[in-house]
Amino acid sequence: MTTTLTARSPNTDRTMSARPSKNSRNNAIYARRRFVNGFNMTASLLAMGFGLFWLAWILYTLLVHGLAGMSVDVFTKITPPPGSEGGLINAIAGSLKMTFFGTLLGTPIGILAGVYLAEFGERGWLAPATRFINDILLSAPSIVIGLFIYEMYVVTMGHFSGWAGALALSLLVIPVVVRTTENMLRLVPNSLREAAIALGAPQWKVTMYVTLRSAKAGVITGILLAVARISGETAPLLFTALNNQFWSGMNQPMANLPIVIFQFAMSPYEDWHALAWAGALLITLSVLTLNIVARWLGSQKSQSH
Amino acid sequence: MNEQAIKLKVKDLNFYYGNFLALKKVNLDIPAGKVTAFIGPSGCGKSTLLRTFNRMFELYPGMRAEGEILLDNQNILAKSVDVNMLRASVGMVFQKPTPFPMSIYDNITFGVKLYENLSRSEMDDRVEWALRKAALWNEVKDKLKQSGNSLSGGQQQRLCIARGVATRPEVLLLDEPTSALDPISTAHIEELIHELKQDYTIAIVTHNMQQAARVSDYTAYMYLGELMEFGATDDIFTAPKRKETEDYITGKFG
Repeated sequence: MTTTLTARSPNTDRTMSARPSKNSRNNAIYARRRFVNGFNMTASLLAMGFGLFWLAWILYTLLVHGLAGMSVDVFTKITPPPGSEGGLINAIAGSLKMTFFGTLLGTPIGILAGVYLAEFGERGWLAPATRFINDILLSAPSIVIGLFIYEMYVVTMGHFSGWAGALALSLLVIPVVVRTTENMLRLVPNSLREAAIALGAPQWKVTMYVTLRSAKAGVITGILLAVARISGETAPLLFTALNNQFWSGMNQPMANLPIVIFQFAMSPYEDWHALAWAGALLITLSVLTLNIVARWLGSQKSQSH
Repeated sequence: MNEQAIKLKVKDLNFYYGNFLALKKVNLDIPAGKVTAFIGPSGCGKSTLLRTFNRMFELYPGMRAEGEILLDNQNILAKSVDVNMLRASVGMVFQKPTPFPMSIYDNITFGVKLYENLSRSEMDDRVEWALRKAALWNEVKDKLKQSGNSLSGGQQQRLCIARGVATRPEVLLLDEPTSALDPISTAHIEELIHELKQDYTIAIVTHNMQQAARVSDYTAYMYLGELMEFGATDDIFTAPKRKETEDYITGKFG
């Protein structure tokens, strides 16, 4: 005890005497930090403002033109020839149908693969390889997916069709769902799995009733984000569903909002422009809604745990 | 320990994490219908030993056990033993409460449904019985349909005990069941352990020596993967045979 006391006292003396000079140096450091902090803060606020400015402008333009083009006809009539009355209902229905079937095809595969990666892929080379390929698929340009389905399906069948479009979209859904399912399952604490296994439950029951159920909100969020992603995709539909001026079945070329927007916006006709704006507004609003629902579901989950 | 029925007999058990020898030649007889506590400093292998009794370690690659563990004279480490059946008869409760993401009622029935086909009313009876065993019935009888996550930490842990009891195992393994709980919940669970030993053989791992002294009939002191001393709890705490045991229980280290 005594030795530490004597050893400490000269130490405290030194800091006492050194205080003024140290303090002024601290002030200089502090002023510098304040400056750097202010500079960085301003720079990041400016960067954010720059980004938000364009986004707000885009949304504003979209709202103004879109609302002007909006009418009951949009939801009741099919796409018109130039100069005559019409709406977008066949394109809306086509987009909904292809998004629906694309999600329906892609989601089960995505969830199963995600479950495999998170729950069964501990050992061996298959899971890392799958994860790697999935990451490539996730960032693959969607036009490549469209070309692939064109080669595989459209050329084989000899015609464009709604099914080809749905297939291309499902290939976009799969990697998103695989990734989110795996991530969400990895967030489930291992103790929960152990608890279920300790009761003598076989692995598949643990996964079905305990692990997947805990991650349910997250997995659904992933599916919604995948739907949001494909509902605005143009490129994969270009070579697959193509377009249609009229109502059509899934086995025929099919109208869809993104391509109708492309076609109408590129045209010289005013009434087509108005419809294109209305369609663009519709897509944006539905994607926005999906994102809000997904975020809301995500926050529900984090509150309950 | 003469004339005492032995429930679990551990014979020359070695346990490896990869190349690391975590349990060294452990020999131990766990008597039936008693509470056996495992104490020792962190990393001494007490949890590892507990997790060999229901072969939980097999979930993870690189872990293996050598030797024999006899449950009613049957070697449970033998390949021929169905690991799920083993786990159905050797229940386990963990350090952190782990209610499943389902209702309180379904939490209890999850394990029961795995191996028994009960009618609706039989199942209701079983749920009530298990919850009463875990001293939780009075608190939850009006909200059986609510999520297990809605309970407090102590209630969740008792729910987990009820879940473990509901399948009517022969042995109940408790891995530091109160270390995440407040003193009142801890007292509840310790009372519960007293109640449960009428019907079950209980093995409990604990960091808390007072708890071991309070709840157990036998105590095993482990250090660095070895079983240093094993005997009646009264003897271990009042007249330990080894210096190391005495040092640990008197708080000289650990």
